[in-house]
Amino acid sequence: MTKFIDLTLSGVSSGAIYAAVALALVLIWRATRIVNFAQGAMLMITTYIGSELITSTGSYVIGFLAALAGGLVLGAVVERALMRPVENKPELNAVIVTLGLYTFLVALAGIIWGDTPRPFPAAFSILGYDVGGTHVLFAPNDTFIVLVVVALAIGLGALFRFTDFGLRLRAAAFNSEVAELLGVRVGRMFTAGWGLAALTGAIAGVLVAPSVFLSPNSFDPILISGFVAAVLGGLDSPPGALVGAAVLGLVLSYVGGYEGTELVPMAALVVLVIVLLIRPTGLFPVSKGRRV
Amino acid sequence: MKRTYVMAALAAAAALIAGCGSSSSGGGSADTPGVTATSITFGTHQPLTGPAAPGYSEIAPASQAYFDYVNAHGGVFGRKIRLIIKDDGYNPTNTVNVVHQLVLQNNVFGIFEGLGTPTHTKVVGFLNSSKVPDLFVSSGCPCWDNGSTQPETFGWLPNYTIEGKILGQYIKQHLGDQKVGVIYQDDDFGQGGLAGLKDELPASQIVSAQPYQSGTSTLAPQVTAVKASGAKVLVEFTVPIYTAIARLTAFTLDYSPQLVVSSVGSDPITVGKLLSVISKGKASGTALLEGAITDGYLPSVGDTSNPWIALFKKIHDQYDASAPFDGNVEYGMASAYTLVQALQAAGKNLTRQGIVDAIDNDGGMWTGPGLVPYRYTKTEHGGYAGVEMGVIHGGVIVLDGKPLTTDPTAGSAITPYTGTQPAPPASGVPSS
Amino acid sequence: MSSLAAVARPGGAVRGSTLVRSLGLVIGLAVVLVLVTDALGSYQQLQLAQGAYYFAALAGLTVLIGLSGKISLGHGAFMAVGAYTVMLLVGQGWALLPAVAAAAIVSAAIGIPVGIAASRLEGPYLAGATLAFAVGLPALADRFPSLLGGANGLTINPPAVPSFLGANVSLEQWQAWIGCAGALVALFGLYNLVHSGVGRSLRATRDDEIAAALCGLDVARQQTLAFVVSASCAGLAGGLYAAVLNLASPGAFPLTLSLSLLTGVVVGGLGSLAGAAWGAAILVLLPSWTNSLAHSLSLGTNAQGNLPFAIYGLVLIGLMLAWPSGIQGGLGALMRYMSNKRRRG
Repeated sequence: MTKFIDLTLSGVSSGAIYAAVALALVLIWRATRIVNFAQGAMLMITTYIGSELITSTGSYVIGFLAALAGGLVLGAVVERALMRPVENKPELNAVIVTLGLYTFLVALAGIIWGDTPRPFPAAFSILGYDVGGTHVLFAPNDTFIVLVVVALAIGLGALFRFTDFGLRLRAAAFNSEVAELLGVRVGRMFTAGWGLAALTGAIAGVLVAPSVFLSPNSFDPILISGFVAAVLGGLDSPPGALVGAAVLGLVLSYVGGYEGTELVPMAALVVLVIVLLIRPTGLFPVSKGRRV
Repeated sequence: MKRTYVMAALAAAAALIAGCGSSSSGGGSADTPGVTATSITFGTHQPLTGPAAPGYSEIAPASQAYFDYVNAHGGVFGRKIRLIIKDDGYNPTNTVNVVHQLVLQNNVFGIFEGLGTPTHTKVVGFLNSSKVPDLFVSSGCPCWDNGSTQPETFGWLPNYTIEGKILGQYIKQHLGDQKVGVIYQDDDFGQGGLAGLKDELPASQIVSAQPYQSGTSTLAPQVTAVKASGAKVLVEFTVPIYTAIARLTAFTLDYSPQLVVSSVGSDPITVGKLLSVISKGKASGTALLEGAITDGYLPSVGDTSNPWIALFKKIHDQYDASAPFDGNVEYGMASAYTLVQALQAAGKNLTRQGIVDAIDNDGGMWTGPGLVPYRYTKTEHGGYAGVEMGVIHGGVIVLDGKPLTTDPTAGSAITPYTGTQPAPPASGVPSS
Repeated sequence: MSSLAAVARPGGAVRGSTLVRSLGLVIGLAVVLVLVTDALGSYQQLQLAQGAYYFAALAGLTVLIGLSGKISLGHGAFMAVGAYTVMLLVGQGWALLPAVAAAAIVSAAIGIPVGIAASRLEGPYLAGATLAFAVGLPALADRFPSLLGGANGLTINPPAVPSFLGANVSLEQWQAWIGCAGALVALFGLYNLVHSGVGRSLRATRDDEIAAALCGLDVARQQTLAFVVSASCAGLAGGLYAAVLNLASPGAFPLTLSLSLLTGVVVGGLGSLAGAAWGAAILVLLPSWTNSLAHSLSLGTNAQGNLPFAIYGLVLIGLMLAWPSGIQGGLGALMRYMSNKRRRG
């Protein structure tokens, strides 16, 4: 029984981490209709920036804010410089650009900081809560991660649905020509979308780094899980990302714990295929046009 | 129209490949490639990038540093040693590629300390059929230990089964029949270590054996399973990152078994650094490793009184200062020391067959920074014959001074080694 | 069917037949390649062989993505299937040729369910599913270690050079021939597919699914077929991989391989077989060039290991920004510009 509880808690905390990355991917998709394969590398860079500032100033908060600021700037710069030229070109071109960017950023991190993994402090204690004498596999820091991620999902969902800014973001992505005609500064919206997504990614990086350590490639597995979670939940839906990540985290935890960890990648595939066969656009699809 | 494009494309590509000349060449004659009057060129394949790079990428530059030191002192019979380091990213496709490149284009004399089992096993056939010396592979797989079928290939580390056996015997003798849990990497490193452990401990004592795949971002299933089994001793065949992750997960669960960690993953400097942020309130990051049992076949990096460590530190500070002075750096230098011993033994008239014969005939008698002798004969190409046990105290591995040797066959005895580690030569370069 | 129609056309003649044209192309290329391999050094033979199996995989993938509009981030897994099939069969005593053929067939079989699923998914959802496939399938080697070799994978002995060729042909040259032969088979098959009625149907479903369905085309079947064909090509590529490199292991088929295949297809020129050739050249030569460049700069090992990748990433970005239609598209534009200039001037 304790095993089941521990695996469930572990699934929830992993799910929260996947959700953080998934939200960043959902944001970029909703705002610019691009799948950003460089997301993991971008959040790795911002986490390094945060780490440098934590080491030099000794303050976690300053490092955290530096990572966020770095994210905002990095996202905006990448959009303006690299994504703008391929926005009207075949979709796959943008994907290749993000792949090239991923390769470049990982290599850059290796050159600047080397590949020795470095630790990253957690915001809160990682000693598991004491429940009836035993410590469970869930600590105050995990609660913090879950709360931040849920707040992000709600905040982003609200941004898209209830604010003017969100409406303009969605319009720019949905039909940029019409949006332009209606007075939406499409270019500005794309830049804002990327900046915001990179900011979300930066938060994800800071939350994840304590448990996977920081090195140029350490976020790669998290990005893959985050992408699967985002697709599972529906790329147009921030609450979907949350649900998809929770489902993925729990399933992978149970499979790893009861069947064997070598089956985990296969399990992710099976879950995704089953969900997509029933709902081809994820658990929380956005309604499409009528089919003939 | 399309046809001409395709033809042009392929022809151009072929021409470009043909025009792509080789990079630096090892020189040398047809039967001793890589050897000139003034230089000897070796090649190596290493994971310089990618998920497997952390830690391992320090090894070859450290070897290079030792060679730089030797070269500054006149080299070997007047020849300077060069090491061409190529990145394979731990992907066997790339390993095949770069080793072919090293042998066919760079004309190296031999391959030195090729790293990794899934990678190096894919080039052993090529190197042996091409009669290229394949010296001191950086992997503890017993698969290098076959002088009859693979005469060119030599191991260097004590292989994983040998280490597992000695750890198992230690547990039997010092920790009684307490329940033992094992977390091991799901490859030849972990599987070999577990096999050695099982050779010494009764099956009923190992209550939980949990593999993990390299690249995973969590060890929660494994640690929870071991804790649930009630194990009081946790044996870890893990690389440093996973030693740290396991320790953190155990910390969350407030689970503190007696740790017994393979030398592969116990370097207190590397692991301690990863744990440093958690132990904020305590003395240092290694406080979480205090009392962990481990082993070693080289002197402990923290043993500053050891003359070999002093020598290596001096060379590190001069030629490899950007890297931390840790177990990986010591490994690279000690391995390089052995290569220089082999070159000295092969004599001034250096040939590929000559160096292989030198290790076959003399290697078993060489002494150096190692705490145990080598297993080098015509048929045994195993490398170090055993390890010494030790405990981590105050962030440093303190070895117990009782080296033990054995061989990988199941059930074979573990015998103490009574020889002593010699002092390094005054010049720091092995004499011929 | 369509080639028969072409032959039956009045005055259509043998020259109009796709089949004959493609045979001529393949034979011509075969002759060129044999001559080229005679001039290459051993390591370059290996590079040519690698370019050959990349071409087989890229050609199938570019037909899938370019002609049917479906994306796949999972073709590295099909290569793995092909490679492991050859390893297992040759280990059982099969000869190389039937083993490689079997590799293509097995991959095609696995391509059927994947293709059926793919026909129901769009864009990023298909990307996600195929990505999970790319990551999940090679991990099975850890589940069945005794059969599939676990993390270390499997090896076979290199294919023996047939005795009638004697000592004139080295092992590397023989492997290059094997690779090129496989690539030419893929080229032959795909060329005929692309120029046939099936190719037209595929393009119709890509451009407008609803209109195509109204014309009576079974959209799902067309898309599944494209998937199966491309999977078969990737399986063939995997079989050739096994013949050339004599290994199969999970570490050899990481996600980055599937992403590289996608990159090669787009950078070379989407939807074009010539583009696949350019893509193969890029995948083999660009890392080689960036490594040589980094080596010549004699930097610290840290930078030396990472710099090639930094340059590679920048080159990819640059190619996409400069030539949005890939290298083939860029060359096409160049040719059109030059022929326009000639006509005007």
